[in-house]
Amino acid sequence: MNADNDVRRYPGFGVFSAIFFAYLYLPIAVVVFYSFNANRIVSNWGGFSLHWYTTALSNANLLTAVKTSLLVATVATVASTLVALMAALVLVRGRNVRFRRISETVVNLPLLLPEIVVAVAVLILFSEAGLANGLVKLMIAHTTFCIPFAFLSIRARLQGMDLDLEEAARDLYATGWVAFRRVTLPLILPGVFAGAMLAFVISMDDFITSNLLNSGGATTLPVYIFSLIKQGVSPQLNAISTLIMLASIALATVAFLLQRQR
Amino acid sequence: MKPSARKPNWNVLGLLPAHLIMVLTLIIPIGIIIVVSFSTRGPYGGFEYVFTTAPYKQLLFNEGWTGELEFNPQYLIVVARTLVLSAVTTSICLLLSFPVAYFIALRRPTIKVLLIYLVTLPFWVSMIVRVYSWIIILGKDGVIEKTLRGVGLVDNMGSLLFGNTAMLVGLVYSYIPLMILPIFASIEKLDPALIEASHDLYGNRLITLRRVILPLTRPGMIAGAILVFVPSLGAVLEPTLLGGGKTMMMGNLIQLQFGGARNWPLGAAIAIVLMAAVMIFLVFQGLRSMRIEGLERAS
Amino acid sequence: MNDEAGLRAPRKAVEIKGVSKVFGTYQALKPVSFDIYDNEFFTLLGPSGCGKTTLLRMIAGFEQPTTGQIFLHGSNIQGLPPHKRRVNTVFQSYALFPHMSVEQNIGFGLENLGWSKDRRDARVADMLRLVHMEAFAGRKPQQLSGGQRQRVALARALAPEPEVLLLDEPLSALDLKLRQAMRDELRILQRKTGITFVFVTHDQEEALDLSDRICVLGDGEIQQLGTPAAIYEEPSNRFVADFIGETNFLDAEVIAVNGEQATVTTQLGMTLTASHKKAVAGQKAFMSIRPEKISLPAQANPIAVDGTIMGTNYLGGYTYYLVETGGTTLRISKRNSVSRGQMFEIGQSVKVGFAAESVRILGA
Repeated sequence: MNADNDVRRYPGFGVFSAIFFAYLYLPIAVVVFYSFNANRIVSNWGGFSLHWYTTALSNANLLTAVKTSLLVATVATVASTLVALMAALVLVRGRNVRFRRISETVVNLPLLLPEIVVAVAVLILFSEAGLANGLVKLMIAHTTFCIPFAFLSIRARLQGMDLDLEEAARDLYATGWVAFRRVTLPLILPGVFAGAMLAFVISMDDFITSNLLNSGGATTLPVYIFSLIKQGVSPQLNAISTLIMLASIALATVAFLLQRQR
Repeated sequence: MKPSARKPNWNVLGLLPAHLIMVLTLIIPIGIIIVVSFSTRGPYGGFEYVFTTAPYKQLLFNEGWTGELEFNPQYLIVVARTLVLSAVTTSICLLLSFPVAYFIALRRPTIKVLLIYLVTLPFWVSMIVRVYSWIIILGKDGVIEKTLRGVGLVDNMGSLLFGNTAMLVGLVYSYIPLMILPIFASIEKLDPALIEASHDLYGNRLITLRRVILPLTRPGMIAGAILVFVPSLGAVLEPTLLGGGKTMMMGNLIQLQFGGARNWPLGAAIAIVLMAAVMIFLVFQGLRSMRIEGLERAS
Repeated sequence: MNDEAGLRAPRKAVEIKGVSKVFGTYQALKPVSFDIYDNEFFTLLGPSGCGKTTLLRMIAGFEQPTTGQIFLHGSNIQGLPPHKRRVNTVFQSYALFPHMSVEQNIGFGLENLGWSKDRRDARVADMLRLVHMEAFAGRKPQQLSGGQRQRVALARALAPEPEVLLLDEPLSALDLKLRQAMRDELRILQRKTGITFVFVTHDQEEALDLSDRICVLGDGEIQQLGTPAAIYEEPSNRFVADFIGETNFLDAEVIAVNGEQATVTTQLGMTLTASHKKAVAGQKAFMSIRPEKISLPAQANPIAVDGTIMGTNYLGGYTYYLVETGGTTLRISKRNSVSRGQMFEIGQSVKVGFAAESVRILGA
């Protein structure tokens, strides 16, 4: 009776949401479920087995792709987070910053363009510049499109921070650098970590750019998975997918908790 | 001499790396894309700097044996399909997201945080894996077919894959978290007293929804529409994996020109068309949200 | 029954019958019963958390009573959703629709009631005139000042001619000067429209100023219900005496109770007989006396005691003196009507006096 009278409540929205969440997670559950299928044909259940996980983990091509992805993602994460942090500090906290709006748009540019356009842009750039090293190409490209993700995360944290705190530090005879290191940085660190993780996941997950640049022997994990999908659905693919999902869920959880930290 | 003149300008130094990267890897290359789209296709792929409008002509016409132009809608169809599918995806996402976002916004703080986490989580899960999961579901001998066969509804329906519907399913599934989050944020900002005031003034739930809640949460919906529509326009994975080779969208058509087909000028021209579509949409929405903001802040 | 409303036979606008509210395990309101009459300015007064807003929201229909019933002009409105109750609310935050103009806001309720466009326009124009906002009809709420928003909120709630107008701390968002001015406007509006106002506030001065009758709520129950004068002069317990206006509490021992009068020995050492509430012979009680009812220096007062000035607070129209006497400190207010030379100095010995009629004995 009580709930019925809450004028903010709309009947049916709860059921609708429940169905929605089922829709959101069912496809993921299907992949996980079939990854334990002993049968070689995915949709015919042949009993529970961890067989495909052992084959996946001993798949040399897969491991090479993972290594490539990790290397590219690590470099792109560090580079994009540092660059984004510097830009965010100026754009949120700087005084008398000229062209602030345009500047922010430029930093966020990769978000305003469809990724395929970004991919084509870097592809043409590297071909004109004569850059041949696949790994370096990927690192540069990934840094570019990871910057806005790190930037937005750090900016959100900076905007939520009380400006008085840094001024209080300055009032207590701290120099600009000390105030930054002892007050600002510790306070925005969760945002910086969250941004870095987001950048890492975005890089690990990237398909469009990596696929277009795919040459010079640098095959990333999503590109490798794509090639497997092209060969057809297989239980091993399900096992690999499940492992990837586990890793990304773990990362997402940490990032989520970091962002909520006050 | 002023001592401050010799101090480093932190504003400029801080912004320099980000701007340098964007200019070098995006802004200049986009200029090159424009140039390439007016260039001649190289004999072994790539391109040569010889001016031509051929790539754009190729979007609309076939060149016959004798050099006459014959209208060919195949690329136009791809462009139209991309626009329609993206618009439909955005609309479906809007319809599905509003009730969910509204429901979440009304929960207790702890449950709210948990549900928002659950909404964001799939977005962190590898995109390619999420699209792949629909192959298992929609494909031949897939989950749906087996279920339907199990209850005796169909005998042999073949694959649900490789069509506009399959692409649509994949697009909605891929981008819907991006729609829920901004709508949720705008509903959360809505003063509950406004809803109560509407009921107090003899408005029932439907009237309140139509006249108070929806108009006041429109900024969130516009933000969500941008976040869904733009990546849908450039989608590559969904049309490649779920659309099959024939039903293409602009994203995988561009990919094809720079990959297998090796027709860079044509790919560049399509990329320009795509970018133009995005820009027109963004400017249009930007003007609209500026007008809304202006109304709200005019004081 | 009620002196102010005594000319006409009072008709009951709202009847609250045994209404209580429990949120989870928290009892926000214990069962209460009372009536609100037609054309009355009725105030629910109490500190935050006393249940006054909950009560108002139950009349509006936003909360359902856990027990009891509410009648609106004789009909039970139990379970009726807010949009079917002929009551309107002025919200604390005003809750003006930011996407609608002043006119659209005022017309919103009328539209939902199905009024024709012409009738609506006429009514909106009337309302704008009533609250002196004719010049702002096309503005958006964000373009108005606090006081103007308040007026629009009033006009919006009055437009559908509700049977009862509910006002949830409507003045709390305004600054002091504006608050004073809006009080007068509220009073005039109520007289002009003849609509029953149910007003919620935690500001006792506002309540005394505006109300025909006040219901003092504390700890989820009614502490006292009566006219402002009755509540100020004859508080029924310590809570009311303390919450309404200022007072001095002194310990007292009840010697005898004789009808309306009780005889006590007070902390100050004397024995006196005064009106009482719930005093029981042989038990402890409190003696309450208002600061303005103590004379400084004692005139021809029947009761007088010696004391020392411990502090003076000059407040313009009044000066407050803190006078130590008999092991306690009395707060005495004195009108600054005469020249400033009359002021007392700290440390000065004085005699203060009062009459037994000014004292109220309250059972512990």
